[in-house]
Amino acid sequence: MERVPILKIGGVLLVSIQIDLQDQSVLALQEDLAEKISTTGAHGVVIDISAVEIVDSFIGRMFATIASISRLFDADTVVVGMRPAVAITLVELGLTLGGVRTALNLERGMKILEQVRRDA
Amino acid sequence: MPPRSDGPEELSITGDDDVVRVRQLVRTYAQQTKLSLVDQTKLVTAASELARNTLIYGGGGFARVEEVNDGRRAGVRASFHDEGPGIPDLTLALADGWSSGSGLGLGLSGARRLVDQFDLDTEVGRGTVVTVVKWKR
Repeated sequence: MERVPILKIGGVLLVSIQIDLQDQSVLALQEDLAEKISTTGAHGVVIDISAVEIVDSFIGRMFATIASISRLFDADTVVVGMRPAVAITLVELGLTLGGVRTALNLERGMKILEQVRRDA
Repeated sequence: MPPRSDGPEELSITGDDDVVRVRQLVRTYAQQTKLSLVDQTKLVTAASELARNTLIYGGGGFARVEEVNDGRRAGVRASFHDEGPGIPDLTLALADGWSSGSGLGLGLSGARRLVDQFDLDTEVGRGTVVTVVKWKR
């Protein structure tokens, strides 16, 4: 099973998904992230899915789960870089992502996290 | 580009890494049939849901993928076979939000919306075969 690396940039954890995710990798990522947020005290998590070709219900649910876990550590989550074909497919599949915040790209995602931090 | 495949190809589904392999195989066929990028993505997403169902609810099985042609247009057909418990209540299983497992209940109903043809053949105690087709526009 391949693991998705988690990078720390200032107070933000960056997860850039570059592999074809199998379900075990998804579960491992959730655990690794919870661990990392708790040890680093990060205030934000950015999940970059610009290299992800498909998001099915299992992967989609991961975003909502990660956002919920992050929230328990007072951290915000933004999913960035969704491909147009993935967005169209998600809507047709009926997946709402459970109110997970999204942004067009990494830059805007980081801006949103800064904003949330300032307003807090 | 992966080598062109002729005729049906089968992959067994016994672990969650096989779900990834099924996605890749379906994408290869969708590309060689020249489905649009959106249609490729829809078909591969549907295949991912159905392969996971085969694994989790069917206790494993296999997928068969092939290029098809109805005389007017080309398409890709993918079928998912298991010898699991079968589906006792189809109406319920195809309803949005209903799940017998830990899923979101979008697998079957969601997959059906993503393809052009959807056939479900199931018998309690014998197993389930789900067949989907996506046609080139």
